[in-house]
Amino acid sequence: MSKLVQVTTSVNGENVSRGVEPRTNLVDFVRYDLELTGSHVGCEHGVCGACTIRLNGNIVRGCLVLAVQADGGTVETIEGLSESGKISDLQDSFLSRNAGQCGSCTPGMLLTADALLEENKKPTRTEIREYISGNYCRCTGYEAIVDAIETTSKKRQGEG
Amino acid sequence: MKPAAFSYVKPATLGEALGLLSKHSGDAQILAGGQSLVPTLNMRLSAPDLLVDINGLDELSGVKLEGNHIRIGALTRHVDIENSSVIAEHCPLIALAMPHIAHPAIRNRGTFGGSIALADPAAELPACICALEAKIEVVGKGGERKIAAKDFFKNLFDTDLKDGEIVTAVEVPVVTPKTKLAFDELSRRHGDYAMAGLAVTAKMDDKKIENINICFFAISATPVLAEGAAKILNNGIMNDGSLKKAIEQLESDLDPLPDLYASSALKMHYAKELLKRNLGNWIS
Repeated sequence: MSKLVQVTTSVNGENVSRGVEPRTNLVDFVRYDLELTGSHVGCEHGVCGACTIRLNGNIVRGCLVLAVQADGGTVETIEGLSESGKISDLQDSFLSRNAGQCGSCTPGMLLTADALLEENKKPTRTEIREYISGNYCRCTGYEAIVDAIETTSKKRQGEG
Repeated sequence: MKPAAFSYVKPATLGEALGLLSKHSGDAQILAGGQSLVPTLNMRLSAPDLLVDINGLDELSGVKLEGNHIRIGALTRHVDIENSSVIAEHCPLIALAMPHIAHPAIRNRGTFGGSIALADPAAELPACICALEAKIEVVGKGGERKIAAKDFFKNLFDTDLKDGEIVTAVEVPVVTPKTKLAFDELSRRHGDYAMAGLAVTAKMDDKKIENINICFFAISATPVLAEGAAKILNNGIMNDGSLKKAIEQLESDLDPLPDLYASSALKMHYAKELLKRNLGNWIS
């Protein structure tokens, strides 16, 4: 085991400081060290998007960023986003459109969809598909997820 | 899988980073965006003793217009290039390529210099900078040097970078009103690795084509310039006949390497189709 490095970061608004091995990636840090298991781990090489986390405001692959790189930064996980109520309408749409199913991809999908709707308030279905193309879902065939994101966007525009 | 154990250091200056790379020659790897390095660590395809995290070197970041070229710092993240008005206005070829590079979460971390230094054969940016006749600035213990993009990419994941050297920036010429550009790629899904891709730059003066660079990626071990096809199109007004000849010429210009998804013959078909689709609409 290599020397532990002290990491101090804000996670969902709470300051945490832990000694971590440099090889620990960010998603394992939040899951094992902080016991925030809402972020999932799928492929561990950046393909599936299940581990999507916000680092310094931007969505990233939690498996492709080291925990030591979050030192001095801000981390937001699905737990923080969920508890803040910021995406409750998106979560309701996922539920009513049955866009969750097994739930493995759902936290990553929600974080990605939230980032999309911040950047682009009225995405087309094609834009939604392109934006979530880095998040794999093996249940829904994506149609329900695209529906849920589109519904949320329309509701936020007062068109729902 | 989880990476093998390594030590980690985040230098505050470029000099410190170069010192560390020189001291730990062969055992250290540079961590920039990490979007290609970390997967290889996770899969234990790579197990360096030391990671030198250059993300603290702010001087390596940013896009600057400097006269007739743009200087793109190596540590500039894809997302910042995608959102850069300087790139959109003065180097639209790179702006066209950006949405094809992986996915938003990866573009938020991945860096311009990292893509160049890695030299993935399916990567968009190496082909763009070859087509643009860009220059790559590197620095090492022996000092700075600039390398023409077409001389930089040597083989599969192999470049002209010497041990201990770091890519610091890429100098890209700005477009003029006569510049013509094209960028396109074929992939199984948006954001996936390209099965074949094309970046083209040219000067069009009163319909006459000059200085055309036709660069393919995901075809060979490195970006490949179709020089024979360029020769056919240069110094003439393109028509259906000359474009057809240029497309046929690709049989001699390219020697596609098959990959998991496409045979050599299929890649040749894709390359021809890309040239047809993208240059066909230049014919007026």
